[in-house]
Amino acid sequence: MKPREISVTVNAKRYRSEVPPRLTLVDYLREVLGLIGTHTGCEHGVCGACSVIFDGQPIRSCLMFAIQADGHEVETVEGLAEADGGLSPLQDAFWETHALQCGYCTPGMLMATHALLRSNPDPTVDEIKEAIGGNLCRCTGYQQIVEAVRLAAKRMRGAHPEAGKDTIDE
Amino acid sequence: MKAAAFDYIRASDIAEVCQALNDGGPDCKIIAGGQTLVPMMAMRLARPSIIVDINAVEELQGIGGDESSLVIKACTRQAAAERSPEVRAKAPLLAKALRFVGHPQTRNRGTVGGSIANADPVAEIPLVALTLDAGLVAESAGGAKNIDISGFFHGLMETSLAPDECLTEVHLPVWNGGGVIGTGFQEVSIRAGDFAIVAAAVQLVVDESGVCRRAAVALGGVAPTPLRIEATAEALLSSDLDAETVGEAAHLAANEIDPGGDVHASAEYRRRCARVMVERAIIEARDEALRRAANP
Repeated sequence: MKPREISVTVNAKRYRSEVPPRLTLVDYLREVLGLIGTHTGCEHGVCGACSVIFDGQPIRSCLMFAIQADGHEVETVEGLAEADGGLSPLQDAFWETHALQCGYCTPGMLMATHALLRSNPDPTVDEIKEAIGGNLCRCTGYQQIVEAVRLAAKRMRGAHPEAGKDTIDE
Repeated sequence: MKAAAFDYIRASDIAEVCQALNDGGPDCKIIAGGQTLVPMMAMRLARPSIIVDINAVEELQGIGGDESSLVIKACTRQAAAERSPEVRAKAPLLAKALRFVGHPQTRNRGTVGGSIANADPVAEIPLVALTLDAGLVAESAGGAKNIDISGFFHGLMETSLAPDECLTEVHLPVWNGGGVIGTGFQEVSIRAGDFAIVAAAVQLVVDESGVCRRAAVALGGVAPTPLRIEATAEALLSSDLDAETVGEAAHLAANEIDPGGDVHASAEYRRRCARVMVERAIIEARDEALRRAANP
């Protein structure tokens, strides 16, 4: 089918592209925009590796066609870093607690938990597990990922004037 | 794992959806949340020639209704229904079941109507819709019609919807009067968020003396469609939901069904799960009603 023009905002930057309707959002991000931080895993909505934030909510980008994103906003792992290129507090916490080994699931884990911390700055362990329930990790196990999210949450609250209570050592 | 080529129509209102379905013929498919359709297309189990996207149709989104019924527009996101105070107040069984549906990422795209129209035999939303005896509304170029859910599910992922019809509304009756409502939703799955092997949904009304005045019980995963279990519901009526009555009622449910076996679970295991899930769901509903009666 003939390509159609779309306009998508990715990490606050507007892109105009021509896409065939069958192109998935994850393939669009990687192959058309060159944003290869978002990983393609199972391509049928099981592994969560391709998780991105769509209009503010985490979704699986293999389960949407790029043409459906026309006029919408997408955030990917490339958008997490600080303006100077340094790691975000969440990325830094992943680094510190060894929350990755091969790194394949990491962009999806980061986007799922970035969305969680934005809506819930002080999540419980169960809430973190629920947020990453749709993301498979086959090497570190999930313990250090949960620890990373708790550490990031604690630090991000500390940087905030109305910082919440300390939960990391519970 | 890439979908076959298709043509794409983004509809902006229901009339446009109906027109596209009418013109597109049987190879034309609606995409709502796409959480089942897109994987099926990736695996080439589905190969629609035209996709009609209803995500931009505003009149298909939202939650409303009145005292007697909660109306959920078909393309309302599962996550929106999960967060809705109105759903929690008027259809607490649905609010409870939504937490078992997939994962946050899939609930942010998946829709309430899409899950019902998809009619997966182990899906939670069709099970709740059947338990509560939901009314459905579908539209086609010929107009709107009401569908009674008792005749809606025809078989494995098959419904009474014609290829040119779009499900537009789900009406969940609100149970008013006669006492306090309690709900129970229980399922067995290999991992949290996976498809259920067996799921049970129960809604009860318990009066001020602790007697069950109304009951609805249904099971998913034990047949090609969700099933209402009338014998169990009847066994609970007029009882005070003591352990013996609940145990016998759950036993009746296991006798009512004829589950099949597959790679996920044998027929015998499904039957056993059905009894245990029904028993737990009744107890959950009873205890919730008694708690609410004690702390109104």
